[in-house]
Amino acid sequence: MSTAAMQESQKSEDFEKAVVQTPARGEPKVLWATLAKDLRLEWRSKDAINSMIFFALLVVVVFSFAFDPNGQESRQIAGGLIWVAFLFAAVVALNQTWARELRNQVLDAYRVSTAAANDLFLAKVLGNFLFVTVLELVMTPIFVVFYNLRVLGAWYLLPVIGVLGTWALVVNGTFFAAISLRTRSREVMLPLILFPISIPALMGMVEATKIILTGESSVKFWIVLLAVYDLVFTIVCLSLFETVLNAE
Amino acid sequence: MKTPVLIAVVLTFALLAFGLYQAFVVAPTEQTMGDVQRIFYYHVPSAWTAFLLFFVNFFASIWYLFRRGSVSDAIAVTTAEVGVVFCTIVLITGPIWARPVWGIWWTWDARLTSTLLLWLIYISYLILRRFSTGGQTPVLAAALAVFGFADVPFVYLSIRYFRTQHPQPVIGGGGSLHPAMWHAVLWNWLAFSALAALLCWFRYQLERKQKDVEETIALESMLEGSPR
Repeated sequence: MSTAAMQESQKSEDFEKAVVQTPARGEPKVLWATLAKDLRLEWRSKDAINSMIFFALLVVVVFSFAFDPNGQESRQIAGGLIWVAFLFAAVVALNQTWARELRNQVLDAYRVSTAAANDLFLAKVLGNFLFVTVLELVMTPIFVVFYNLRVLGAWYLLPVIGVLGTWALVVNGTFFAAISLRTRSREVMLPLILFPISIPALMGMVEATKIILTGESSVKFWIVLLAVYDLVFTIVCLSLFETVLNAE
Repeated sequence: MKTPVLIAVVLTFALLAFGLYQAFVVAPTEQTMGDVQRIFYYHVPSAWTAFLLFFVNFFASIWYLFRRGSVSDAIAVTTAEVGVVFCTIVLITGPIWARPVWGIWWTWDARLTSTLLLWLIYISYLILRRFSTGGQTPVLAAALAVFGFADVPFVYLSIRYFRTQHPQPVIGGGGSLHPAMWHAVLWNWLAFSALAALLCWFRYQLERKQKDVEETIALESMLEGSPR
């Protein structure tokens, strides 16, 4: 057996140990093992991140043809465009979240194991959060260049809105991906249930970004709205995930 | 049809007829808007009825999540469907009124937009029910209903932060309404609630029968499949 293959089997044993053999409830091992496994898989295949970035790039290019904005206009509409591009691209990653657990009945194994369901959920949320954050870090400079943006407001608040907005998208998105997994034509189902619920959060992100870009008024209301939205829906997700995971 | 149901049907139609009479004959014509204002007697009661049904849907969903049972799930699907029907009436009668009075069919105002979003959320709820397979539908739908309900305050707050154009709410809005107009609204609300209850009753019966049929088919195929 080659060294790489030995390392490989060692890693999968680690994962098995964490998820299958140490069933202690609330122990963060399951969370980190699942997260590390997902990141490793993504690092090797780069499926989600590549398709997300290319998709977001396409959206940005198509929008620039559709609106043909100049400097002043683009500041007004850029917040909307960039968040819609991120939302569409995030759906690509979210759809893949649970699909890979269906192979070899991994999800069923989770269900019969005594590992806490919320650890699994949080691992998936954190994984998606990282993917979408990478997407945003790559896409934002491209967006600034394409639309000739210059920030007139408090630029240092943009990362805060980025984190709060991304969390709002992925926490609900990961949950709804678990719901749409159980339906016919699941890839279509996810945006249909995710978008209506996400509209207030999307409004918060878009308005806050617009206010910062134009430097017109205070952004405080939208940041508080996003923070409360994140808090409420994280609680709802955590309290319902086990029920949905075990639904049959 | 059993006698109590028949009586309920007759009563509901009598109420609807009386509501029509109240709205078109008894209630005075509004001074500035004219007769077009009379659509208000259908618009507002439909909205109240729709919100009431969505409220019932939320509690039925919570009830289902705590205590699984086919009754609460049947109530949830029934109220969601009938609620969407009444919410659609609200969204159709609104623009018909707005066009002559505001001069536009639609505006992205707080109350209009939140009603539209509520409608979208419950449409997605019904789509989820249609698309999900097997016995897990009720659980998934109930979870989505909780999300939808938690979303309502955020929808309202975020959209209210923009300028609002809709007339103040009838209750607690500080507006004054002629007593005869009040009577027309309340009678129509009663009539619409009775109609909604009747529709829910029929839809509920249908849902229960559907479940019975499904169970019978499942049982039969199980018996056929088992070795004798």
